[in-house]
Amino acid sequence: MRTILFLLQKEFKQIFRNRAILVMISVMPVVQLMVLPLAANYEVKNINLCVVDHDHSTTSQKLINKIISSGYFKLTGNAPSFHEAFPLMESDAADLILEVPQNFERNLVREDEQKLFVAVNAINGTKANLGGAYLGSIIRDYNREIRLDWNVPGRFNAAPVIDISSSNWFNPLLNYRVFMVPGILAILVTMIGGFLTALNIVKEKEVGTIEQINVTPLRKHHFILGKLIPFWVLGNVVFTLGLLVAWAIYGIVPVGNLIVLYVFVGVYLLAVLGFGLLVSTFCDTQQQAMFIMFFFMMIFILMGGLFTPIDSMPEWAKLISRFNPVSYLISVMRMVVLKGSDLHDVRVHLGIVALFAVVLNGWAVLNYKKTT
Amino acid sequence: MKQFLTFVRKEFAHVLRDRKTLLILFGMPVVQILIFGFALTSEVKNSRVLIVDNANDAASQQLLTKIEASQYFEVDRSVMSPLQMEAAFREGEIKMAIVFPANFNEDLLHQNQAHVQIVTDASDPNTATSLTNYVSSIIQDYQASLNQTLSVPLRILPETRFIYNPQLKGVYNYVPGVMALVLMLVCVMMTAVSIVREKETGTMEVLLVSPFKPVLVILSKAVPYLILSLVNVGTILLMSIFVLDLPVAGNLLLLLAESTLFIITCLTLGIFISIKTSSQQVAMLISLMGMLLPTMLFSGFMFPIENMPVPLQIISNIVPSKWYYLIVKAVMIKGLGFSAIWKETLILAGMTLFLFVISLKNFKIRLA
Amino acid sequence: MTETVIKTDKLTKRFGDFIATNGITFEVHKGEIFGFLGANGAGKTTAMRMLCGLSKPSSGSAQVAGFDVYKQTEQIKRNIGYMSQKFSLYEDLTVVENIRFFGGIYGLSNADIKTKSESLLAQLGMESEAKKLVGSLPLGWKQKLSFSVAVLHRPKIVFLDEPTGGVDPVTRRQFWNLIYAAAQDGITIFVTTHYMDEAEYCNRISIMVDGKIEALDTPRALKQRYNTTTMDDVFYQLARGAKRSE
Repeated sequence: MRTILFLLQKEFKQIFRNRAILVMISVMPVVQLMVLPLAANYEVKNINLCVVDHDHSTTSQKLINKIISSGYFKLTGNAPSFHEAFPLMESDAADLILEVPQNFERNLVREDEQKLFVAVNAINGTKANLGGAYLGSIIRDYNREIRLDWNVPGRFNAAPVIDISSSNWFNPLLNYRVFMVPGILAILVTMIGGFLTALNIVKEKEVGTIEQINVTPLRKHHFILGKLIPFWVLGNVVFTLGLLVAWAIYGIVPVGNLIVLYVFVGVYLLAVLGFGLLVSTFCDTQQQAMFIMFFFMMIFILMGGLFTPIDSMPEWAKLISRFNPVSYLISVMRMVVLKGSDLHDVRVHLGIVALFAVVLNGWAVLNYKKTT
Repeated sequence: MKQFLTFVRKEFAHVLRDRKTLLILFGMPVVQILIFGFALTSEVKNSRVLIVDNANDAASQQLLTKIEASQYFEVDRSVMSPLQMEAAFREGEIKMAIVFPANFNEDLLHQNQAHVQIVTDASDPNTATSLTNYVSSIIQDYQASLNQTLSVPLRILPETRFIYNPQLKGVYNYVPGVMALVLMLVCVMMTAVSIVREKETGTMEVLLVSPFKPVLVILSKAVPYLILSLVNVGTILLMSIFVLDLPVAGNLLLLLAESTLFIITCLTLGIFISIKTSSQQVAMLISLMGMLLPTMLFSGFMFPIENMPVPLQIISNIVPSKWYYLIVKAVMIKGLGFSAIWKETLILAGMTLFLFVISLKNFKIRLA
Repeated sequence: MTETVIKTDKLTKRFGDFIATNGITFEVHKGEIFGFLGANGAGKTTAMRMLCGLSKPSSGSAQVAGFDVYKQTEQIKRNIGYMSQKFSLYEDLTVVENIRFFGGIYGLSNADIKTKSESLLAQLGMESEAKKLVGSLPLGWKQKLSFSVAVLHRPKIVFLDEPTGGVDPVTRRQFWNLIYAAAQDGITIFVTTHYMDEAEYCNRISIMVDGKIEALDTPRALKQRYNTTTMDDVFYQLARGAKRSE
């Protein structure tokens, strides 16, 4: 027990003497939490629209005005023909081209039906889909308006209507940042815990001090505990810092109990540190460790449900994400912070993450050899 | 020249000897393509939906069948009080609840108006919006089918064509992004760290006192990564053609030439970082924070740049990957020629030149 | 008869086809300064790492401080000190912090650590450097400090792997004074070196060639046997037949 105190003392002194680490645990969380939620915004707005109006009637003008005043679209060009509008799409100046055919107004009255042509730049599928849908619903709305304005057939009112009322629980304003911030905080805690642990041990290998430790009677699990505890503490510091930033900048206060959060993060950190430890036992240089760590972190983060829903993944990918500790933290963070879930609600997550902690650390201890 | 080749050979030996890193270098693009190509989709589907059918009559049953048939939902029927519902939301069991009131059919038939209530877990706003939209359109369809017999006057029918990516596949957006990301990682991070490593272990001094020009020492470190990166570009292109069915629409040679330019930009950036730093950890930190993150954020392949606050939009202009991403998109997907990307090319070339000059300047100061 | 602290019998280490240490057999007595010589790549460091419990032997047997190198490595570690070729104190800790840390790991009491670090600093004349980061010290000082830390816990045996590489002659002399003082206290010294003048300081020396011990005796006896006046010549006659060198 006493030896662990000596180890802890040493680790903390080294950490506080290392500027890179201090920057990493203080500046990085703040900057990331400030920039990422602002940048990571999937909301689709400011869609660049180019209009080719062959009709030049009041009807077409009103429609165009209606589209632009919806707030989703920005008129970036008017072209006399589709052919001349297309280069705008090639150069990304237009995401969407709306073509109104000649005699649109006249034919609408005569034939009761007219077509509008919409071309969407679909490289970004999501944006194209949503942009198209927005435009469609604006056109439908407009359609209804002109029906009311021009002729109101009585029979139309007789049709049954299903009225849909929808309510959005836990985040009524549909604020995307409130959704992103807890997820980003989860990533931060993971990255810092994992990278620091892996790099720290490999550095001792690279410099050669680990050899000196290996000839001492120091017990294996003491050494590993001596490494885990400081980074566990740092992880919690980063987490606390992150919560404070979330509160100060975004006004996010966890709906649920803070103790639930800390209990979960405490167990989770053990799992992540165990992973860092495990990586370090496989590597000889910091470059290697960093690269391997980066590789796994990338998979963990991309498949952790931060940006895209896990439910939508194909079965094989869902299976992989079940072995991804990050996905559990992201989901628990969102549950507790946004929905106020309690310990009972997250018990399955907690159990699985605890299992991760045991397996990863056990594996790392087995793999850490004092002899070659 | 012969000396230069000797140095390059030494660097290759270093790179090739580290099997673990090498495996990851080549495995990274493959895994990324697979993840982005097959696992990730921002489309919302397979969401668990609770249906509380208090009516249990003909109309509600018809609507339910329609909802259950949709691939977007995994429907679970049961009757719950609002309180139980909230608990289910908190445990994360359901993403949405649809509640039919008692007398749904009757209201619809006799009063011409019936209500459906939708509750979503809006902690994920995108999923909530999408789910609401899906259900609304199913209900509207149903409503339209009730009105089928009546003809509607004055129909405006938008006819939508999706250009470049008719099936709306995510890979069209991701592949150029993955290219930028992988090249950034390999070139900047690997070059910076490997040079700083030589500084840390002291072997750099040995090289610098050799009669060989110091600038060439540094350049020779960049050559293996240039070649590795070209191999990675090849892997990504082959995978995108044969695995993802995404062919190169434009000129392949032009794409390769532009990629080489971007690789050189990244290498210069890596060299610049290595000159400015003295420990591997700092070099990694800068590459990670300063390069990779901005590439993910500001190249525009994950998040639309035009949605960001103006200061971030301005910052995005100094991220080289943004320009490369635009180039790849133009050449590979839109099939455009050099005339469409000369501006982006010029910007990348300018950045490279700038980085090269300041690296050279800083390097000389260090030696003096 | 003096006590035997290291005893090996046909100790061997293979790395694949390569036999780094090939069946070496020798004994080291308590309080002795035992020199372990050999050209680069002769297998000295490998042998030493096996004796310290850092590396598992492929075959043969060895006891260090009465403990078996296969099964009792942890007991061995409690009884030895080790100073590797590579400098291995923490450069980002101060002199005192390093002493405290290693003292703590070996289970010294706080009072013990305090008195020992004071006497150690006095002995090395480094009182004014006590609070400096080890990384900022000149190499010679680092090596002396490293040795003092290796014997801080009064081990039975201390293993020194080329401790004076790259150190100036004056510091080397001071370093050997430290070694003598430790030997006087009854600590057995097991040292590898390339400097033949240092070999002369040893009670007995062994010379390894291509993984085998070719000669083992006192410096004087060796010089007589090979009919020369200097250890240089002894070493040269033995080592020039070597097939492997770096």
